[in-house]
Amino acid sequence: MVGTKVEEPTQMTSEATVVPPRLEVAEDRRGGDEDFDSLPSQISVRGLDFFYGKEQALFSNDIEIKQNRVTAVIGPSGCGKSTHIRTYNRIFNLYRDQRAKGEIMMDGENILSSQTDLLDLRRRVGMIFQKPSPFPMTVFDNVAYGLRQHYKLSRSELSDRVEHALKRSAIWDEVKNKLSEPGNALSGGQQQRLCIARAIAAEPEVLLMDEPCSAIDPVATAKIEELVLDLKSRYTIVLVTHNMQQAARVSDYTAFFFQGYIVEFGPTTQIFSNPAQKQTEEYITGRFG
Amino acid sequence: MGTVDLDIRPGAEGPRGVAEATPRGRRGRFGDPIFRVLATACGLTVALGMFGLAAVLVYNSWPAITGLGTHVITTVAWSPTTGEYGALAALTGTFLSTLVAMVIAVPLALVIALLLVELVHPAVARVVGTAIEMLAAIPSIIFGMVGIFVIVPFMQDTFVPWVLSTPLGELPGIKPGETFQQGGVSIFTAGIVLAFMILPFITAVSRDVMAMVPQVTKEAGYGMGSTTWEVMHKISLRYANSGIVGAVFIGLGRALGETMAVAFLIGSVYDKLPTSLFDPGTSIASLIANTFSEATDEIQLSALIELGLILFLITVLFQIAAQFWLRRVQRSTGGRA
Amino acid sequence: MSAVAQTESALPMRRRSVTRRKAVDLLIKVLSWIGAWFGIAVMAFIVWEVVVRGAAALNWDFFTKSTPQDFTASAGAGMANAIVGTLVITGFAAAIGIPIGFLAGVYLAEFGRNGRLATSVRMIANVVMGVPSIIVGVFAFAIMVRPVGHYSGIAGAVALAFIMLPVMARTTEDILNLVPNELRESALAMGVPRWKVTLGVICKAARGGLITGATLAIVRVAGETAPLLFTALSSPYWLTGLFGPGGFFGGPTANLTKTIYDFAGSPYPYLQELAWGGALVIIIAVLGMNVLVRLVFQRGKKW
Repeated sequence: MVGTKVEEPTQMTSEATVVPPRLEVAEDRRGGDEDFDSLPSQISVRGLDFFYGKEQALFSNDIEIKQNRVTAVIGPSGCGKSTHIRTYNRIFNLYRDQRAKGEIMMDGENILSSQTDLLDLRRRVGMIFQKPSPFPMTVFDNVAYGLRQHYKLSRSELSDRVEHALKRSAIWDEVKNKLSEPGNALSGGQQQRLCIARAIAAEPEVLLMDEPCSAIDPVATAKIEELVLDLKSRYTIVLVTHNMQQAARVSDYTAFFFQGYIVEFGPTTQIFSNPAQKQTEEYITGRFG
Repeated sequence: MGTVDLDIRPGAEGPRGVAEATPRGRRGRFGDPIFRVLATACGLTVALGMFGLAAVLVYNSWPAITGLGTHVITTVAWSPTTGEYGALAALTGTFLSTLVAMVIAVPLALVIALLLVELVHPAVARVVGTAIEMLAAIPSIIFGMVGIFVIVPFMQDTFVPWVLSTPLGELPGIKPGETFQQGGVSIFTAGIVLAFMILPFITAVSRDVMAMVPQVTKEAGYGMGSTTWEVMHKISLRYANSGIVGAVFIGLGRALGETMAVAFLIGSVYDKLPTSLFDPGTSIASLIANTFSEATDEIQLSALIELGLILFLITVLFQIAAQFWLRRVQRSTGGRA
Repeated sequence: MSAVAQTESALPMRRRSVTRRKAVDLLIKVLSWIGAWFGIAVMAFIVWEVVVRGAAALNWDFFTKSTPQDFTASAGAGMANAIVGTLVITGFAAAIGIPIGFLAGVYLAEFGRNGRLATSVRMIANVVMGVPSIIVGVFAFAIMVRPVGHYSGIAGAVALAFIMLPVMARTTEDILNLVPNELRESALAMGVPRWKVTLGVICKAARGGLITGATLAIVRVAGETAPLLFTALSSPYWLTGLFGPGGFFGGPTANLTKTIYDFAGSPYPYLQELAWGGALVIIIAVLGMNVLVRLVFQRGKKW
């Protein structure tokens, strides 16, 4: 609606408060041109409510996460972004007082039902956390963790797959001589890429990334953003970020959350250049959050 | 001009490392240095106490060390009347009863710790944890009494006959030997009671160390599709293993030196080696406890003190090993275990 | 960086059995519950046995009469002298061990801190805490009984104090370390001498924890038997004062734990009954104090 562009030079002060006048659109993103409805949905969410004890945190969320696309989830602190994606792998089940209601359809089944096999769900839906969290074991064992757990593999096959995952995560060259060192001996950015390698080694379908770059330095961030663009050809990626430039650079679709509601969801180019809702526009232009 | 007391302390964080100036009036002039000397002296007392103890033990066991040589630890015959002091039976009994205790206590402690950290509501965990800590406060003589009046008859009348009637009863190490008395007072009984005496400590430390595993790391484990047990043993236990090993060493040390409960329950066979877990035996600590007061012979007393010295050295070794492992926990978490 | 080598095996991988993994998980969970219940049951069982068997023995005589000198007696005696003896011995032990241990803890927390000497002291204290109490008894025997040729209550007290020292020192150190630096600095900045800051301000702030620590240390040694075996021994008589053969410094002193040990191991049912009564008294004192300090001061210290 009101698509006023501010024609001032960009000022990169802090990450989430200033929006550049023109958003860089990556070349291979087709989010604005493709036919949304004809794309296969990896995850379909209908009427998702979420509660922490008595307090409701998500209200009737509806969203379609498309296969092999990057969907960014943005919004101010505390708006429910992380809460929302944590329903996709039901990691919230670890905590007694957290509950979700509604439907999250994956492959024709509602994964919120009590019949869902959580172990299998989490094999198919991988998660990268905000704080890089390598397991207390060697680099090799970290990446091999999911493979060993879910599959029966020979030593050489395991080794090959670990190498491949590390290559796909753009970290192989840096760690190929450090495979038997502990995972936490790496730098922050490397640890996060290790966690990505760990997640993709087990061949998930979906990758959930909860602010994966907020705890690491800008150079490493850039590497991870390149990685995301590369990975989407094989995985469906949902990326929570408080950095709007990142969302603009990297994603095909964007959902804007506010106070537990999905205020707007659509192709990234549209959200950032021509948002339909006033709140979206206010957030994008930095008037709050 | 001695009016300012500069106190630069090593290893201090923040402003505390800065020189403190304490203006001195007449009153404060002697207070501070005296206080400091006093406190340091008390600190040293603790340290010197241990060396003093070691020295006294060595001094008093010297006659036995020089007179008996290695016989004390290599021969089995313990008979003061004939002047023989072979304590191999005691060493064996100490070792075996401790082994039984560790085999029972450590796995039990780990699964209880798992329950407290992962499986129950935090309020329940607090109550259960406190109950188990109460177990640690119970003096060993109480364990001994309940042991001898309740456990021993049970072993004698029920448990041991039952085990011996099954195929297990034929296994070496279980099959009764020549010293078998009735199965009540035995190495196994002592081991079981010992297990419950060291259980609370190992459980508490394991629980504390496992609770220190960062939540994110555990979530990452669950997120990979692991079961609770898989997260525990592949991730939490690895994270916590230094602390647990340290606790196990401390538990070992306690089991080795435990006297009162074991004295009641292990028997008093000083001069034969046990061949079965259900045989009675003796331990170093109970041998000392039972025979010390009647030791009239110089050399017997000295031999007993030498055994005490041996026990002291073994437990000190285990404590040092425990300290080593526990410090690794401190280093990785930046706190005190 | 666009294209990564797409050289990956397209072969599907063989899955491990999920049922099996879940079964193992369930088994461990069940074992955990059983284990926890078992641990609590044992604890409850022990307390129960002591209460049931000991309650019968607790009567007026128990707390007023001394231990029987005639072992074949079947009534009319008590453990009063032993109880008093334990109180006296523990009192002396506390008088020695608490102040020295406290000051040692002050040294570790306030002066030595991370210095080399303090680190060594700390480690030695930890090690000493693991030394079996019977060895401490042998030590006390060697330095206090053997040279004078007779057992004495003070020897027992010294043995107990030796045990109390490192416990008190480490507990004090831990508690004092919890007091925030800001408190120290603001007091010092006002020109108050160091010793006043430590003893007045900081200890006041840490008062709850310190009292808890001291109480638990005292209670712990009060239940010890082994250190008294060859030091205070035991006695069927009342203390007759400080010196002389019946006195605290002069001869064996009756105490609860050694008496229980003797009676429990004897073949006389009446003595055994008295022993259970004594055990009950000890358990009430020990567990009662533990619960009390934790409740009153909230932040109880473990070990």
